[in-house]
Amino acid sequence: MTGQLDRGPARADLLQSLTGLLLVLFIWGHMMFESSILLGKDAMYWVTKMFEGEPLFGKPYPLLVSGVAAIIFSLIAVHAVLALRKFPGSLRQYRQFSAHMGAMRHADTTLWYVQVVTGFAMFFLASAHLLVVFLQPDNIGPYASSDRIWSGRFWILYALLLVAVHLHAGIGIYRLAMKWAPIPAAGSKAMRRRLRFAMWGIIVFFLGLGSASLVTYMTIGRDHADHVGERYIPSYRLNSHHAVPASE
Amino acid sequence: MKRIPLAQASRTLRLQVLRHNPRDPASEPHLQTFEVEEADSMTLFIALTEIRERQDPSLQFDFVCRAGICGSCGMIINGRPGLACRTLTKDLPQDIVLAPLPAFELIGDLSVNTGKWMRGMSERLETWVHNQGFARLDIDSLEQPMEPALAEQIYELERCIECGCCVAACGTARMHEDFVGAVGLNQVTRFRLDPRDERSDAEFYQLVGTEAGVFGCMTLLGCEDLCPKELPLATQIAFLRRRMVAAG
Repeated sequence: MTGQLDRGPARADLLQSLTGLLLVLFIWGHMMFESSILLGKDAMYWVTKMFEGEPLFGKPYPLLVSGVAAIIFSLIAVHAVLALRKFPGSLRQYRQFSAHMGAMRHADTTLWYVQVVTGFAMFFLASAHLLVVFLQPDNIGPYASSDRIWSGRFWILYALLLVAVHLHAGIGIYRLAMKWAPIPAAGSKAMRRRLRFAMWGIIVFFLGLGSASLVTYMTIGRDHADHVGERYIPSYRLNSHHAVPASE
Repeated sequence: MKRIPLAQASRTLRLQVLRHNPRDPASEPHLQTFEVEEADSMTLFIALTEIRERQDPSLQFDFVCRAGICGSCGMIINGRPGLACRTLTKDLPQDIVLAPLPAFELIGDLSVNTGKWMRGMSERLETWVHNQGFARLDIDSLEQPMEPALAEQIYELERCIECGCCVAACGTARMHEDFVGAVGLNQVTRFRLDPRDERSDAEFYQLVGTEAGVFGCMTLLGCEDLCPKELPLATQIAFLRRRMVAAG
């Protein structure tokens, strides 16, 4: 047998998995940094300024955040266009699959459908979130974010996105492991049990962490509703000689 | 004092069987209910045989070995594929719904033509040893020895009985009729492992490096969980996927 190999299917499958892996790692990091609000407003302020490059350049450059948002959006676009290959493509296929899923009562089959639904939801939810971050990168901070979440009613978007992204990411990372990892046949059943346990543990952990952060932002936003637009001044600057009054 | 356990009151099983004869234009697919007194250690195959012998000789279902070796009696049992001869009625509820395996040509009632599908798959994936030397093979000479561990590994995959349960359990195969299923991918892996087969990975890629082959698999793992022979299908498909990505 001779002839040129069609490398497209291999590359598409690998690239879908790789972009998925990168996005999962990103969202886990994102959750860790975002939940810095649980440690207090100063901690979240410090993280914000760190991402704006202040420790490195001496002053904040919110454009850096826009850059990251653009990169993440590109990764999502590539991941989505590759994942679309796997979506049921016609009403007939949807019916076939949902009848099959209902009859099988098989966890991993159902979890795949959960990924289809959450993936589809994120076409809209993640785009809306990323657009705001991309266009208003300077609007992130203990008060700015809380005001957006409470007074701007963005908590509705974030609550839906939180559930969608962590179900999708948790199930996705489990599927990636089953799809690629060289798990020896002898211990594959036990390994899969452990991976499933880890998957649910990760999902519950990040949903818990994300919910706690969201509620904290909502609480701060509610208390700060009369001063929307005012920016947070960290306590370490308030006490210094260079303190700038919060006059905005 | 030890007591001899008394026999439990036997149940009257209600088997609802999907009846249809595709060669009869007047035949409409419908469920027909049969009642069978459950006996000790009764398998679904025994229950069906009793129905055919005592209630309805026109009931069509396949069997040969009655021991989970021939793969003839695959059917959908309460929504999931399985072998009738390997399914004990005591593991099922009183109401049992039986349907023919989907994805295969229906012969009648519970009988499907898995052989036709398997032959098509085998011809498409060329699941036989390819070796130029076979033309000049001296059958009187001793075969090249094989490492016992490798022989066992090949034998493990060779245990596939082509019952079709993995195809019926696969969400991908249900949506995409040209998908080769775990049975096909398992067989390709079997020949990929066999040192007597001279084909290169690039040649195997020509056969399964498509979206109807290994890159169509979405890792729903219905095949792995429903295989009556408990073959390590997820491990084999992951192995083949890695080899094919490396070759592609």
